[in-house]
Amino acid sequence: MTAPLLETRALSRNFGALAAARDIDFTLEAGARHALIGPNGAGKTTFVNLLTGVITPTSGTILMKGRDITAVAQAERVKLGIARTFQINRLFRRLSVLENVYIAVAERVGAAPSMFSPAGTRRDVVEESMRLLETVRLTGDASRRISELPYGRQRLVELAIALGLGPEVLLLDEPAAGVPSAESHIILDAIDGLPRDIGVLIIDHDMDLVFRFAERITVMVSGAVFATGSPREIGADASVRAVYLGQRAHG
Amino acid sequence: MTPAPVDWSEHPAAAAMARRHRLRAWEPIPWVAALAFYFLFPKYLGFGTELLITVLFAISLDLVLGYAGIVTLGQAAFFGAGAYTVGMLAKRGIWNEPITGLILAALVAAAVGLGSGLVLLRTQGLTLLMLTLCTMALLEEAANLAHDYTGGFDGLDSLPIAPLLGRFEFNPLYPTTQYLYVLAVLFVCFVFVRTLIYSPFGQSLTGIRENTLRMHAVGAPVRRRLVLCYALSAAIAGVAGGVWAQANAYVNLGTLGLDRAATVLIILVLGGYGRLYGAFVGAVAYMALSHFLSKIYPTAWQLGLGLLLVVIALFARNGILGIAEAAAHRLRTRATP
Repeated sequence: MTAPLLETRALSRNFGALAAARDIDFTLEAGARHALIGPNGAGKTTFVNLLTGVITPTSGTILMKGRDITAVAQAERVKLGIARTFQINRLFRRLSVLENVYIAVAERVGAAPSMFSPAGTRRDVVEESMRLLETVRLTGDASRRISELPYGRQRLVELAIALGLGPEVLLLDEPAAGVPSAESHIILDAIDGLPRDIGVLIIDHDMDLVFRFAERITVMVSGAVFATGSPREIGADASVRAVYLGQRAHG
Repeated sequence: MTPAPVDWSEHPAAAAMARRHRLRAWEPIPWVAALAFYFLFPKYLGFGTELLITVLFAISLDLVLGYAGIVTLGQAAFFGAGAYTVGMLAKRGIWNEPITGLILAALVAAAVGLGSGLVLLRTQGLTLLMLTLCTMALLEEAANLAHDYTGGFDGLDSLPIAPLLGRFEFNPLYPTTQYLYVLAVLFVCFVFVRTLIYSPFGQSLTGIRENTLRMHAVGAPVRRRLVLCYALSAAIAGVAGGVWAQANAYVNLGTLGLDRAATVLIILVLGGYGRLYGAFVGAVAYMALSHFLSKIYPTAWQLGLGLLLVVIALFARNGILGIAEAAAHRLRTRATP
């Protein structure tokens, strides 16, 4: 059997006395549609930050296809194929929607260091950016500034940027948070339309979305993995329900 | 869901992006004005030369501050490095050809920018601001102490700069050569910066300014880009310093001083940063204002300038060009309801 796409072994991170991540053993297989759920403060975003290299672990290792990437810098991990969206939009607010996606695509195809030809003449980058905007149905807003866009539409730009990085691992931190329910299907459609070999990890509170999307679910509580299983197993697990209701599981 | 292949270059956003680097109708205006100045005001060419050098210096600052978002108070470090390169080489009789002299000034200033940038650009915000200030103060003090080479506090005067292209003398009393020479240098540097900011590299600098964390997350080598930008900007500031030393035939500690660094910052804020032409508008406005104010109020004219800056900072963050842009935008939206 080949090594999994992404794997963590005994991954921990402490902030002072707070153990935000505790001995997390986790695997994301190629082509996975995996969801990470848990109450607020369970350490889900910390876990994504560890995977993407925003923060370094206190102990433990992260492997991508069997290679130890624990010490690899954030930008390098992107080159290796790990892309993410942020829970709270992080966009270039004063640039146009197209320019936002252009920047990501230009980095991936290696156009970004070029200094002496105008950005607009890299038609390959412009066209790919437009195609990505089409997948998230934003071509109509391509000329608008991010700051003029409703928050929900900005979430779609987040997604387009992440897709523009050509990821093998896609980490979606509450992609539908703040998206009006009338538009949330666009996000799901875009995720459904991804190439099947991309491994997707989605964090969300919206159980409808999670159960519709995920083929596997991991539940985190207080920085540790509480349970992992198929949606059916997790849905039937009484202790998981108890955790979600904020009660202590009996028995 | 596989859409038929569409030619996206027709899309307004893509077309706008492909078009944005093209020359706009008003862009020749400053150059025509600068040439007209040469013929209309032959008595003020000394002032004009100083103005053009200030514009060039402000453009170098706009590249780091306006585009890459690096907040610096030490840009005069590179101006001085360029000026002293030209000055010391000429005074010692090592090199006094003007054009190659400027290239040397650019290289030395770029080296200073690269060296200091590698250290400084690990920090940001206030720390970065203070460190840029420190770099400049260190250079100034070094120039002050190395009296044998730099002339110390007195500087170096009567620099024997060779005639331009072997033909045109730099005459301090009739600075016609200087004016046209500086104008040409400004034009070359401007074209360089303009090309740079519309390139994908320039786009990524804007990205760093707008959201550094996001740039890390799209895999951009943020610090390498910033250091490169810092060094390029230093080279242009070095050219400005070098050409200043050539035009005036002297260098002094003032080229490395906080006064110069702060003035150019004020000029850029006044004109509007991150706008390429803010340097032109700001330099003209600043010099005209200081001329006008010092005439009507010779003892405390800087008070007027200070008040104006407060007003700009409070109500017009984007400077004079920002006001013009907002007005143009309003006119356009009113024309098409």
